[in-house]
Amino acid sequence: MTQPSSVITDEMRSYIGKESGPVVVEVDKSACRMFARAVGYTDPVFYDEEEAKRRGYRSIPAPPGFLGHVVYNPARPEQRLDYLPPFKTPFTRILNGGTDIEYLDDICAGDVLTVTRKVVDIQERQGRLGPMLIVVSEFTYRRGEQVVAKFRGTLIQY
Amino acid sequence: MEQKVYFEDVQEGQEVPTLTMHCDSQRLVMWAAASGDFYQIHYDKDFAQATGLPERIVHGALKHALLGRMLHEWVAPRGRVKRLAVQYRGMDMVNEDVICKGVVTKKYRQDGENIVELEVWTENPQGQKTTPGTAIVTLPSREG
Repeated sequence: MTQPSSVITDEMRSYIGKESGPVVVEVDKSACRMFARAVGYTDPVFYDEEEAKRRGYRSIPAPPGFLGHVVYNPARPEQRLDYLPPFKTPFTRILNGGTDIEYLDDICAGDVLTVTRKVVDIQERQGRLGPMLIVVSEFTYRRGEQVVAKFRGTLIQY
Repeated sequence: MEQKVYFEDVQEGQEVPTLTMHCDSQRLVMWAAASGDFYQIHYDKDFAQATGLPERIVHGALKHALLGRMLHEWVAPRGRVKRLAVQYRGMDMVNEDVICKGVVTKKYRQDGENIVELEVWTENPQGQKTTPGTAIVTLPSREG
């Protein structure tokens, strides 16, 4: 039996626990409506701001799963929210392994949030599709100082 | 919109009304635009097959969002989805139904909130669970 060499390098391991600098995301009304429409919602709370306010929200709420869009600007390449690992790997193909979102407060249109990212776990496994690298990252969403959501994403590369 | 379910009405083992979404290519393109995930395996058949997949596949995060919608529609207008954690264990192919289901596993009061925990999952038309997970929601009480 030969022991296959690990694809996990010391460089990869050095990223575990390291928090990235904040990226700004905006939650706006059109994006909430577009997301709600893509998921098939008919609840007017996601389309009509007056209805949202009648129901106690500050504006149209972000539907579950929507945490805003990065303020994209080609002149500021650091303003991107990369779900890929922050390090190079020998793999080119990607699958989403899992999503865990915890809400600590309502997120509504008009919110401007900052997001930091931390790699929390790296594992390798022999899968049906060959060797796989499994990277778990945690994204923390803040409005001002307040943490409003935590997103834990698992990415599989193979 | 009337509140349909209150905390007092809920029992362990109770099922959440099922939500079924037919995920055709239009749906996947709408999702790509809404989510900002433009990975071609979800809308470009040639690209998907070149990576070894049999077909375009449904975005995992869309299945997460559909489970979120199922929960929202159950607890709205006064309840909230507080946590939704899923794993993408099986791929769902384009032009098939994604069937969202949930069962109550636990209910309790904590810090003045009425908490309900659930097991949730999506099934494909063959009845295989492709996206198992867990969820936490809050519900209003009949006592106000």
